[in-house]
Amino acid sequence: MGSFNLYSRGDRIFGVANAFLVTLIVISTLYPFIYIIAVSFSAGSAVTSGQVTIHPVDLTIAAYKRVLSEKLFWTSYRNTFIYTIFGTIATLLIIIPGAYALSRPQLLGRRFWNFFIAFTLWFHAGMIPFFLNMRDLGLLDSYFGIIIGFAGNAFSIIILRNFFESVPRSYEEAARMDGANDFQVLWKVYIPLSKAAIATVTLFAIVSRWNGFFWAMVLLRSEEKIPLQVYLRKTIVALVADEEFASSLLEEVYSFETVSAAIMVVSIIPVLLVYPFIQKYFNKGILLGGVKE
Amino acid sequence: MTETVSQQGVRDAPTTGKFEARVRWLVRHFRKEWQIYVLMAPMIIWFLLFLYKPMYGLQIAFKDFSIFRGIEGSPWIGLEHFQTLLGNDQFFRAVGNTFIIAFLSLAFAFPVPIILALMFNEIHHRIFKKMAQTIVYLPHFISVVIIAGIVINMFSPSTGVVNNVMGMLGLEQVYFLVQPEWFRPIFIGSNIWKEAGFESIIYLAAIAGVSPTLYESARVDGATRWQMMWRITLPSIFPTIVIMFIIRVGNLVDVGFEYILLLYQPATYQTGDVINTFIYRQGLQGAQYDMAAAAGLFNAVVALVLVTAANALSRRVSRTSLW
Repeated sequence: MGSFNLYSRGDRIFGVANAFLVTLIVISTLYPFIYIIAVSFSAGSAVTSGQVTIHPVDLTIAAYKRVLSEKLFWTSYRNTFIYTIFGTIATLLIIIPGAYALSRPQLLGRRFWNFFIAFTLWFHAGMIPFFLNMRDLGLLDSYFGIIIGFAGNAFSIIILRNFFESVPRSYEEAARMDGANDFQVLWKVYIPLSKAAIATVTLFAIVSRWNGFFWAMVLLRSEEKIPLQVYLRKTIVALVADEEFASSLLEEVYSFETVSAAIMVVSIIPVLLVYPFIQKYFNKGILLGGVKE
Repeated sequence: MTETVSQQGVRDAPTTGKFEARVRWLVRHFRKEWQIYVLMAPMIIWFLLFLYKPMYGLQIAFKDFSIFRGIEGSPWIGLEHFQTLLGNDQFFRAVGNTFIIAFLSLAFAFPVPIILALMFNEIHHRIFKKMAQTIVYLPHFISVVIIAGIVINMFSPSTGVVNNVMGMLGLEQVYFLVQPEWFRPIFIGSNIWKEAGFESIIYLAAIAGVSPTLYESARVDGATRWQMMWRITLPSIFPTIVIMFIIRVGNLVDVGFEYILLLYQPATYQTGDVINTFIYRQGLQGAQYDMAAAAGLFNAVVALVLVTAANALSRRVSRTSLW
């Protein structure tokens, strides 16, 4: 933008005030994370006596040692990777070919099929029938149930279909001249040309898989199958009112607070690691399909 | 969206004429285009199996369902479950809370991303802007379980930082999480913290589309940045604001029940229990599947009506409907 002397004194004050407010917003966005990190590295007694606000007090890694020594923590961590990786693959295998078919003008009943997909955005049978259906399909307490049961996504299909429709025909025609069939056209023309859209829907799938907890909590019974989020809920949220637990640990170096903070920090780390790489797709993704709700 | 779809490709299909000709055309069509249908099949099967089959199961809302008799074997009882719900205080409370939380969110959470986008737009230092945006988007990617964990940690009565700071200021400690009057502020406040940044993206994109010549001529006329923000930027993104508002109204009953489920307690049911958490307790925890399914059907129908109304409104206001 223009150089500074273009602005009047009032404008400069406005600019400084705005920058100051944004800085405050940034700090208040970060603060809860800073607090949790500080708690996770503090001694239980320091947290319990309310000394921790910004930085760790009586620095210790006892809480992390405790968390990392829990077998169930590692099991659930592994499970989350399984659900995220295979769940995302299942999603892509269903929605990419499906969206391609929906984008073809020669598809018979195309209006109907588009409505068939989009209708599920507006009307959903609800929690109970979905649960009973999973039960009838024998998909309770199963890895496969979690992976396949949430693989479809009308919103992502519509984003991809719109993107495929916007690809100029000439690209495809060249491939058709060489005798390519639909499988080859999709694989060699549409997928390479739609990287941004595919990255977007992949991002949606990964985020919702990594963070998904409700259905995993409802559908999975065995401890060794639960993902990280369900384990987190069990340890953090379910113990919320249990003040006795906190006091019973008073003598220890860690406390309920420091342990739960440590679990949260450890489970955020993968998100923070991939975050810089997925950033550039935010804008594209949001613009491709409106805002995801 | 579906209505804008053209059907050029099937235009050559004989719509009238002999039955035989039509069959011949179909055979030729499938012989030539079978690959599309193979590609589409997994998606269609998935939707039938996981989204449409449960719609068939929704009939238990009108049945005396027992898990042993199954969906078909259970006898019809008409609207009995709906009558039970009408006489259920908890259900009424849940419907009321759903709408109150939805309207409070609309009033308090909806404007925040707009203000954020306007503020980001006024930052001209590129690196600072980029960093600020990156940080503010981050909470969107954190799971609600962790958000709830952080909130519980921070607002804890004896050890949380909020109460500690209040103690330092000489205020009395409050056990926020068991006080009904604090549930909604905490829920909506933490939701703003989580989502407002990310939602500002859509408004920033709209701002990016505003023609720079508008600002240039305004500057020539001696307009201040404050004036330009109010008279140019805000009016220019107004259509986007309207669309977003309509989408919000359409999704009104969807109040983020997963997060509520993590945050509420029996002590705060009074202000925090919404339709979906009610369904969860009655149906999945209490195994009253049929009654809970009826409550779910009620919820789904309200949602459908709102979405349809919102879309009709959007068509009128902006000529760009959502579908």
